[in-house]
Amino acid sequence: MSVDSASPLLQVEGLHVSVGDREILRGVDLVIAEGETHVLLGPNGGGKTTLLNTIVGLPGYRVTAGRILFKGTDLAGLEIDERARLGIGVAFQRPPAVRGIKLKQLIQVAGGDSFDEAAMADVIGGLTLERMIDRDVNMGFSGGEMKRSEMAQLIAQAPDLTLFDEPESGVDLDNIAVVGGAMTRLLKAERVGKGTRSGLIVTHTGHILEYVNADIGHVLYNGRLACKGNPRDLIDEIGKHGYDKCVECAICQM
Amino acid sequence: MSDVAARKAEIRALAEAARDKKAAYGPDLDLSAFNAAQDAESVESLEALDKQMKEVALSVGIESSEEGRAGTYFQVDRSPIYQRVTEMYGGKLEIMSTKDAVELYPELMYEQYYWRAVAPDKDKYTALVALQETEGYFIRVLPGQKIDKPIQACLFVSENNITQNVHNVIVMEEGSEATVITGCTIHPKVREGLHAGISEFYLGKGSKLTFTMIHNWAEDFDVRPRTAIVLDEDATYINNYVLMKPVKSIQSFPVAKCVGDRSRAVFNSIVYGLEDSTIDIGSESIMEGEGSRSEAIARTVSRDRSVVYSRGRLIGRTNDCKAHLDCRGMVQSAESTQWAIPDLASEGAPGAELSHEAAISPIAAEEIYYLMSRGVPKDEAVSMITRGFLDLEIPGLPAALRRQIDKALEETAKDSM
Ligand SMILES: Nc1ncnc2c1ncn2[C@@H]1O[C@H](COP(=O)(O)OP(=O)(O)OP(=O)(O)O)[C@@H](O)[C@H]1O
Ligand SMILES: [Mg+2]
Repeated sequence: MSVDSASPLLQVEGLHVSVGDREILRGVDLVIAEGETHVLLGPNGGGKTTLLNTIVGLPGYRVTAGRILFKGTDLAGLEIDERARLGIGVAFQRPPAVRGIKLKQLIQVAGGDSFDEAAMADVIGGLTLERMIDRDVNMGFSGGEMKRSEMAQLIAQAPDLTLFDEPESGVDLDNIAVVGGAMTRLLKAERVGKGTRSGLIVTHTGHILEYVNADIGHVLYNGRLACKGNPRDLIDEIGKHGYDKCVECAICQM
Repeated sequence: MSDVAARKAEIRALAEAARDKKAAYGPDLDLSAFNAAQDAESVESLEALDKQMKEVALSVGIESSEEGRAGTYFQVDRSPIYQRVTEMYGGKLEIMSTKDAVELYPELMYEQYYWRAVAPDKDKYTALVALQETEGYFIRVLPGQKIDKPIQACLFVSENNITQNVHNVIVMEEGSEATVITGCTIHPKVREGLHAGISEFYLGKGSKLTFTMIHNWAEDFDVRPRTAIVLDEDATYINNYVLMKPVKSIQSFPVAKCVGDRSRAVFNSIVYGLEDSTIDIGSESIMEGEGSRSEAIARTVSRDRSVVYSRGRLIGRTNDCKAHLDCRGMVQSAESTQWAIPDLASEGAPGAELSHEAAISPIAAEEIYYLMSRGVPKDEAVSMITRGFLDLEIPGLPAALRRQIDKALEETAKDSM
């Protein structure tokens, strides 16, 4: 199956987003087809998290122009939970701690009624969460534990599109392999009768790409996706010449 | 005059003099507004109670089947209608009305237990209970007996606008252990009324009492418990208090007197302020015994127009004592008010270590969004977080109690949706 012929799962069109009175995104266009994994690069403060949070539907991210379609549905006006139930999942860059809610409880809630004991045991074992499962979610979790906790919730939720915000930040080498394994599992899982799932990964270093296959990379620069190409080539180029030069370079297919 | 008769006269005189004495905390009540409680009929079995009564009793932890319970005391208005020790606990504990206990052991009761920890002239509510012959339960666990199933006691108000005055006494003999669940509630038809309850608990050497009280009242109902606990050497008292439904006003401030060396008192409170409730709760721990310890943890949520006071007082009177207070409040409505009032005193005890943490904060929006991002609707996310906040992890809490508290929290979560 050629990637180009797959039907679009996510379509972001001419998206402008303001936070407070500051415009952060100024015309983002992005199409992610079923089965594709994209990578989002860009300087600190460039708006990567802003784009993800806007897709998720967090309040405070005001869409002033453009639109986001998911499975052909305009997400405008849909609550966070409605978007999640449509099939959008997110691994947060810095998830909050929730006192009194156990990790196990949240995995169960994310998984819904069909998520049974066996599935739970599988997720716990796969991410070695045995000693964290009865703790309050993210309360005192280390960087790596926090990411593993996010992965467990997402595997249970089984979204059709998963947004990963810096999945490798604060994670040691052993844990990157575990997190990367979980991401691959998430992205490669079959959707019943519908082909595989999709993802959008925010990364600065690209380390995670040693464990997860990605198809296309983008650079978010000056509020737009300034550049598109092979993710590894883009990262190499940025590493050598920085973002300013990268967006003018030849690798870019735009 | 016998000692007993003299003491009776003394109690009466003290109470008479305190008839109009306002309480230190809480709204003042006009006691003349309430009628005296009437007699209720005894029953052969709790199963004979009507369905509605059984249901409301269950919501405060009282199993009418008596399954998983070591014994039961059930009082309706002014009458003990049922009391029983389950067969396998025969000879290990006694359950009767306090009135019967006073008749059975007059000297012992008047000398050691009856009005010895709580003063009859503390305020108008203790005076009310002292002056109007009342019942309430008497539970005594015999020396060395470890009662592994909870003992349940229900104080039930079935008529509108009466005062239910009860006087409860628990005696834990040396080395005994027990768990008592007290459920206080009313018939759904009852709107207003007053529950005034004296509770005096005496913990002998090395004994352990886990006392859990679940309150379930109504919008126009007033509640004034007066509780004191006296702990001998190596005794442990654990108090769990749960209030999840609206009430007109409740004011309660139990006092634990850690008299014995190495005695320990723990208070856990879970309070959910709803509608126009005025809730003034707290506890005081007085540490006199060497090596005595105390811990008081309160979680309070206020919604609607409720007013919640969460107090805690620690008094150290010996060099080797240690205590900590932890009161956290969550305000969920612009019309509600919360006070957290920690209060520490070291009296002639330069070695006493007393500390507190008090915080009042909103429900965190980012936590709500986090749960929503996993597909949980907003209302459900709010109640999950509220539940989590109120869900004190009480170490050593028997599973049956855990389930009871969970059930109360769950029902509240459902109601708030
Ligand atoms: N809730 C907010 N309130 C105020 N400013 C915000 C908020 N969210 C984002 N911003 C601002 O928007 C800009 C983009 O931030 P964003 O977090 O999207 O960047 P990023 O590309 O994810 O950066 P990083 O690589 O550092 O994670 C920043 O200047 C940030 O301070
Ligand atoms: Mg970011």
